[in-house]
Amino acid sequence: MIGALTRRTSWIRRNLSLVVTAAIFVLLFGLASQFYDGFFSTPVFVSLLSDNAFLGIAAVGMTLVIFSGGIDLSVGAVIGFTSILIATLIQEHHLSPVLAWLVGMLAGTGLGTSMGLLIHCFRLPPFLITLAGMFLARGLGFWISTDSVGIAHEFYGRISAYEITLGSMVLPASALMLLAVLAAGYVIAHHTRFGRTLLAVGGNEQSALLMGLPLGGAKIAVYALNGFCAALAGIVATLYTGSGNPGMGIGLELDAIAIVVIGGTLLTGGRGHMLGTLLGILIFATIQAAILFDGRLSSWWMRIVVGSLLLVFILLQRMLLRPR
Amino acid sequence: MTFGETKREARLVAWPLAGLLSLLVLNALFDPAFLKITLLEGHFYGVPVDILTQSARTMLVSLGMTLVIATGGVDLSVGSVVAIAGAVCAVMLQDGQALSLTIAAAVGIGALAGGINGLLVARLGVQPIVATLILMVAGRGLAQLIVGGQVIIITSSAFEFISNGFVLGVPFAPVLVLALFVATHFVVRRTALGLFVEAVGDNETASRFAGLAVARIKTLVYLFCGACAGLSGVLVAANIKAADSYRAGENMELDAIFAVVVGGTALTGGRFLILGTVIGALLIQTLTTTMYNLGVPPAVAPVPKALLIIAVSLLQSEKVGRWLRGLFKKGAVA
Amino acid sequence: MSAQALLELRGIGKQFPGVRALDAVDFKVSAGEIHALLGENGAGKSTLIKVLTGVHKADEGTIRLDGRFISPRTPKDAEHEGISTVYQEVNLVPSLSVAENITLGRQPGALGFLNWRAIRRRAQVALARLDVTCDVDAELGSLSIAMQQMVAIARALDTKARLLVLDEPTASLDEREVAELFTVMRRLRNDGLAIIFGTHFLDQVYAVTDRLTVLRNGRLVGEFATAELTRLELVGKMLGREVSASDLASGIGSSPRQEKLIVLDAKQLGRRGVIAPLDLSVGAGEIVGLGGLLGSGRTETARVLFGIDAADTGSVTVRGSPAKIRSPRDAVAHGLAFCSEDRKAEGILPNLSVRENLVLALQGKRGAIRPLTRAEAEQLCVQFIRALRIKTADAEAPIKTLSGGNQQKVLLARWLATQPTVIILDEPTRGIDIGAKQEIEQLIARLRDEGMAVIFISSEIEEVVRNCSRVLVLLERKPAGEVADTELTTERLMQLMAGGGEK
Repeated sequence: MIGALTRRTSWIRRNLSLVVTAAIFVLLFGLASQFYDGFFSTPVFVSLLSDNAFLGIAAVGMTLVIFSGGIDLSVGAVIGFTSILIATLIQEHHLSPVLAWLVGMLAGTGLGTSMGLLIHCFRLPPFLITLAGMFLARGLGFWISTDSVGIAHEFYGRISAYEITLGSMVLPASALMLLAVLAAGYVIAHHTRFGRTLLAVGGNEQSALLMGLPLGGAKIAVYALNGFCAALAGIVATLYTGSGNPGMGIGLELDAIAIVVIGGTLLTGGRGHMLGTLLGILIFATIQAAILFDGRLSSWWMRIVVGSLLLVFILLQRMLLRPR
Repeated sequence: MTFGETKREARLVAWPLAGLLSLLVLNALFDPAFLKITLLEGHFYGVPVDILTQSARTMLVSLGMTLVIATGGVDLSVGSVVAIAGAVCAVMLQDGQALSLTIAAAVGIGALAGGINGLLVARLGVQPIVATLILMVAGRGLAQLIVGGQVIIITSSAFEFISNGFVLGVPFAPVLVLALFVATHFVVRRTALGLFVEAVGDNETASRFAGLAVARIKTLVYLFCGACAGLSGVLVAANIKAADSYRAGENMELDAIFAVVVGGTALTGGRFLILGTVIGALLIQTLTTTMYNLGVPPAVAPVPKALLIIAVSLLQSEKVGRWLRGLFKKGAVA
Repeated sequence: MSAQALLELRGIGKQFPGVRALDAVDFKVSAGEIHALLGENGAGKSTLIKVLTGVHKADEGTIRLDGRFISPRTPKDAEHEGISTVYQEVNLVPSLSVAENITLGRQPGALGFLNWRAIRRRAQVALARLDVTCDVDAELGSLSIAMQQMVAIARALDTKARLLVLDEPTASLDEREVAELFTVMRRLRNDGLAIIFGTHFLDQVYAVTDRLTVLRNGRLVGEFATAELTRLELVGKMLGREVSASDLASGIGSSPRQEKLIVLDAKQLGRRGVIAPLDLSVGAGEIVGLGGLLGSGRTETARVLFGIDAADTGSVTVRGSPAKIRSPRDAVAHGLAFCSEDRKAEGILPNLSVRENLVLALQGKRGAIRPLTRAEAEQLCVQFIRALRIKTADAEAPIKTLSGGNQQKVLLARWLATQPTVIILDEPTRGIDIGAKQEIEQLIARLRDEGMAVIFISSEIEEVVRNCSRVLVLLERKPAGEVADTELTTERLMQLMAGGGEK
């Protein structure tokens, strides 16, 4: 019998990085609650989600791309592009918001698909191609309009004012959207063949090939899906700000990548968890809220703390992954 | 520079050079005044001079980036390092420190940042994109911390000269940068450094087995790249006479990577072309200037840049290469 | 007879650029048998397996499974036909769970959604068939290699496999783990599965297989019942030398052994889990062979000696003074040189020129700030291109444009340029044509005559006998004995390589 060789590994040990991330979130949130009066409250907790809704949605898509061992630098620019596209379509071309959203989603998905095709079919580095995608989307956004366009449509007002009350918790539309996307992302990542294929491709492409998994399709699809997520984030951004702005989301891709890495997903691919991304969003948002609450701490501490967390996590991952 | 390399480089930079020249010709046809250079109060003026001046800062960052990419890596933190170096300059000059000391400190802090990147990549084996992402995120925050979130105005005219001054009628900054390019070219090609860098980028395992100090070589190129970014930060601060920690060096890492790739150095590492990078940086700046002259708003300028980079990477991809060769062969038979 | 065979390959031929990998090979396996597929480097073993599993397509010949003609085009095709493979390098995804690795690509569930409970159950069933219990939720990478191997087999059997191909599954297992694997293999055989077992370890062939097929140089040597073939006969078939031939001893090329000045002396050199501690010494002007079958630890010894994998026991002295070798760089500094057997991955810098490839080690030794001048480098190139008769357009051609033999010569020149005290040559004649082979052998003899110490590794036993004056034979990663002088014959070497004094 060979069974004696292995003991049952505990859930905690298997999901160590997730546990570490959760502990860091609890620690940060606890510290902030300790220091700042009124931090420990439902509205603050809800605002962690609603204030970072479009960043969070982008992070969900980014998680899937990073699962596959790729990266997508274009998401920030796609958010800016879709937001101004939608705003212009509604304001100047009098399109119904729903139609405008559809056009925006099509545009985002189309751009993602094209990048995926280039990356897979010509074996080009994702880094470079999505960089080009970023420039393209940013340029096109500014081509549509160089200035921010406000959206005045009664449908928009209604949607943005929509909220659900759950006990003492009042969830606004943007938070609901984020939660929905997170749930969908969770299902895709952990309960579909597609999600597991992505992890297999990122974990060991050669093996995935020999296992007969549909590599090419999965790779193209994940960039398409991420383009869709970015467009969705763009829509939520228009809801949140009530306008479209071609300059929106500059540098947002970095925050999204940081969130994914802080969530314990390996940037080289093959290992990760969508719950980690949720925790990453919460950690990111907690730091931001704490700095805002403090009032004395300047905004740049945000970047320094996030950078330091990145360093800690990357070193931690290297230590955990050293061959035993 | 030795003859064999000259010949090889000449062949390889032919593409980007042809691109640059045709763009210039196109501009000249559209606007005959484009290539005109005038001498005003002992200084040269004109669009070509502007292109040189405007591209100097990115070009300097691309110099370090060329060597990093040649080892098969990439450095995303250069833009943030530019901001840090600018902030250091502003604070030190405000403090009344000597100009030389200030510049040395800015370059030194850039080298330190590069050294940290090198340590992560070469010693700890962290993927370059990941390792340099840390400083890319944190660096801008550090720059803002140094200047306290303010835009600090720099009043030293000697400092401003570094970026905006003229020597014998020629703008100083591009001359300085081009001199650094020539110096770097001679250092890497006259010593064996260039060979080592290309060897590591071409086949790291084989290089290690041949007895090269791979980790040391990699650390060194990141260090150099950081120092270049530091000096570029000085130029940026001198150009706007201020340390703007929010905007300084923004997107510079991307432009630098573009310049290197357009200049013919592959992102996968190996052979590098320092001359190609100069042309790549000029090409990108010329493209931006052209757009500007055509009345395209500057914010839209990224579009042709994006198309250019896709075209270049397709040309460099093996699949397209094989396909093109196949076409040529068929053509020869027919 | 052939009617019973589950799998029957006939007249399989496969041509690669410049190499005839398989030439009219016949091969058959019956249900309920473990069949060893044997052969040294370049025998065509792995090509045959790849043809069978749909990785390569045969140029000629037919494959019949259960009397039906099949032509698998992808591994997945082969799997559909009932042929499953477990490769030497465990081809699974270490970051995913055991259950996922077993079911990936064919997970139970509807519309692309997964039924995790069914996935776990299916994995447990697959493992139970092997009589293995393990936590199916554990991350694969956290398991021992042996356990991962079991998971790979479980995955292979999760389809309706009728033929299981195990390509060198034991390469990184310890004795106990191998025994456990064999238990599983026998159990599967008794269930009626056909198993093709590729290995280099003769002990294992005799321990577990029923029949065996030997390939050599892409041709079929023969098919035998394992029990009817002695070890010595088997080694003879693998190496292409019939032991019955009486004209064996032909150590003609080897120079008479005199007392040589020992320049490299390794004592109890070893690395845990890689190579057992061994003594090895080489004198100036001497060629010492490292003998043994593939996988016996020859390359591993060379790597430890050269500091690629640092030794954890023993000491090395070079020219009488102790040498601490922790990296190839240290080794080069002490006057060692190492030509790797994997030219492509560990030798050439494909896009750089012949000149740059040639001067690399010497330049590395001198350091960056003392560059060879262009004239010096060209002088070296001219000298070595002429001396080694390297066929290249000029020294500026990228090395990847050269033929294998000429690439090998450039790599030899790379090391000779450093004027090493000791040069380690791992399969220097592998994959190159006969003419180049001879030239390289002559060159090695010349180096010996000039007083260089040479450590020579080759799978071709005649080459070893012809060139070496002394041979340390390795068997299953342990030293098995040293032979020299008149004792150095093909027969004696084969005995040691086969493991045991069987005459």
